[in-house]
Amino acid sequence: MSEYNFAYLDEQTKRMIRRAILKGLAIPGYQVPFASREMPMPYGWGTGGVQVSAAILTPDDRFKVIDQGADDTTNAVSIRSFFERTANVATTTATEDASVIQTRHRIPEDTLTEDQVLVYQVPIPEPLRFLEPRESETRKMHSLEEYGLMHVKLYEDISRHGHIATSYAYPVKVEGRYVMDPSPIPKFDNPKLDDMAAIQLFGAGREQRIYALPPYTQVVSLDFDDHPFEASKADQICGLCGAADSYLDEVIVDDAGGRMFCCSDTDYCSRRRAAGHQGPAFPGSEVAA
Amino acid sequence: MTPLLSVQEISKSYGTHIGCADVSFDLYPGEVMGIVGESGSGKSTLLNCLAGHIAPDFGRVVFDTRIDGPKDTVTMSEPERRMLGRTDWAFVHQHARDGLRMGVSAGGNVGERLMAVGERHYGDIRHKAADWLDRVEIDTDRIDDRPTTFSGGMQQRLQIARNLVTGPRLVFMDEPTGGLDVSVQARLLDLLRGLVRDMGLSAIIVTHDLAVVRLLADRLMVMKSGHVVEAGLTDQVLDDPQHAYSQLLVSSVLQV
Ligand SMILES: Nc1ncnc2c1ncn2[C@@H]1O[C@H](COP(=O)(O)OP(=O)(O)O)[C@@H](O)[C@H]1O
Ligand SMILES: [Mg+2]
Ligand SMILES: [Zn+2]
Repeated sequence: MSEYNFAYLDEQTKRMIRRAILKGLAIPGYQVPFASREMPMPYGWGTGGVQVSAAILTPDDRFKVIDQGADDTTNAVSIRSFFERTANVATTTATEDASVIQTRHRIPEDTLTEDQVLVYQVPIPEPLRFLEPRESETRKMHSLEEYGLMHVKLYEDISRHGHIATSYAYPVKVEGRYVMDPSPIPKFDNPKLDDMAAIQLFGAGREQRIYALPPYTQVVSLDFDDHPFEASKADQICGLCGAADSYLDEVIVDDAGGRMFCCSDTDYCSRRRAAGHQGPAFPGSEVAA
Repeated sequence: MTPLLSVQEISKSYGTHIGCADVSFDLYPGEVMGIVGESGSGKSTLLNCLAGHIAPDFGRVVFDTRIDGPKDTVTMSEPERRMLGRTDWAFVHQHARDGLRMGVSAGGNVGERLMAVGERHYGDIRHKAADWLDRVEIDTDRIDDRPTTFSGGMQQRLQIARNLVTGPRLVFMDEPTGGLDVSVQARLLDLLRGLVRDMGLSAIIVTHDLAVVRLLADRLMVMKSGHVVEAGLTDQVLDDPQHAYSQLLVSSVLQV
């Protein structure tokens, strides 16, 4: 890989991406177009996030990659090893040790700090796309703050399901101005977007958009007065570590189709277990599985 | 009395081809103006200039705004004009699919304007949507159905409900009964006439169907090749047309 520049992209491209990032930070929630480059991986693999990470990584960084909260999925492993090879950057699975965290579909459970940057992989950056396919029109809606359509989407949800059924990519309003798609994170994570100490950067490769939230930005989830936003999760505790406050995935644990809920944030869960916490599925636990 | 809309010397060309030329008239509150003329005479061009959908090459469209009084909508800022477009103005398209969101339920279609002006109570929005469906004679059981499952006449009535729900002061209509079966047209006309009377609506209705203006319009303008060739009270123009072209139009010699 020595024929590549540090972090794969050439300096010219990185400067272009950094300009887009800075513009995004200056206008929180605004989608900045950028000239997305071909990356040596398919679009669905988070090329937008990878390009943002490539533009901000320095040799001193410690890099963590999570996919649905886990460090060990194929996608997370391959992005981590990509930067190990092209940037020779140190990596970690521990949230608190990482200076840059690239993520798909989750925000870590641990509260992030001012010394960290969270990079989101974004498939579809335009929150209005679902109801208004014309980009010329959605751009106008953003610039004129015409966001009634966003509530039409939530209205449709309630009329069909009796409640706001949107549980991923739940739309938010940033600093009372731009409506933003937070990428397909569960709505459980939405409150973490608000007032976060870390910088949050969003990269959409195929759609060629970058947007950003500077530290301590106000982020409010859209809702109705009589159907307020709720950051819901499965009403269970983690089978492995017993956590009641973390986002849970339901996993199949045996051939008989047995199921168990466990933390989607694998680092959070393993640190809790290392500290002695036990969930009901843990062998020898006093609470039977 | 201040006109609700004062149209002054509006002209719009497409290259060297005239769309409409030098059109002026005043519309007073509660009045319905009909614009008739054969296909290609410039009716839609004029209506779109008035509604702010296309920019005229020349002229003023002065609307009596609630807050600032008479204001030229041609030169006002785009956000301000678009705000009028979803509050005090309404636009009923000939083809319902141009004026509806086909992927959104009937209730969502009617509720959109309410949400666009800041209504945030789901129960209230739904209640108002149901009320309006009822007023345009759509069974409220259909509130969660998409317009794709509606007949042409129902789609057009839904479009009207969606437009009137915020109580606009001026309604633009482009061939509102065009493309519908004759019996469906009659029902829609009845409904429109009732709404215009009950709500005291001011409206500008473009049509090539003289029956529509006979029933709905107080006054009439006859257009030919982009120009207004005759204007007056509807009954006067239809019963005693002065201009040779109006005479042809009324005698149905023209295939309009
Ligand atoms: N977008 C356009 N580009 C060029 N010519 C147009 C356009 N729209 C309308 N015209 C022309 O302008 C004239 C008036 O058209 P229009 O306003 O649609 O008439 P009407 O609604 O009375 O049928 C016609 O000759 C038409 O061909
Ligand atoms: Mg026309
Ligand atoms: Zn756990």
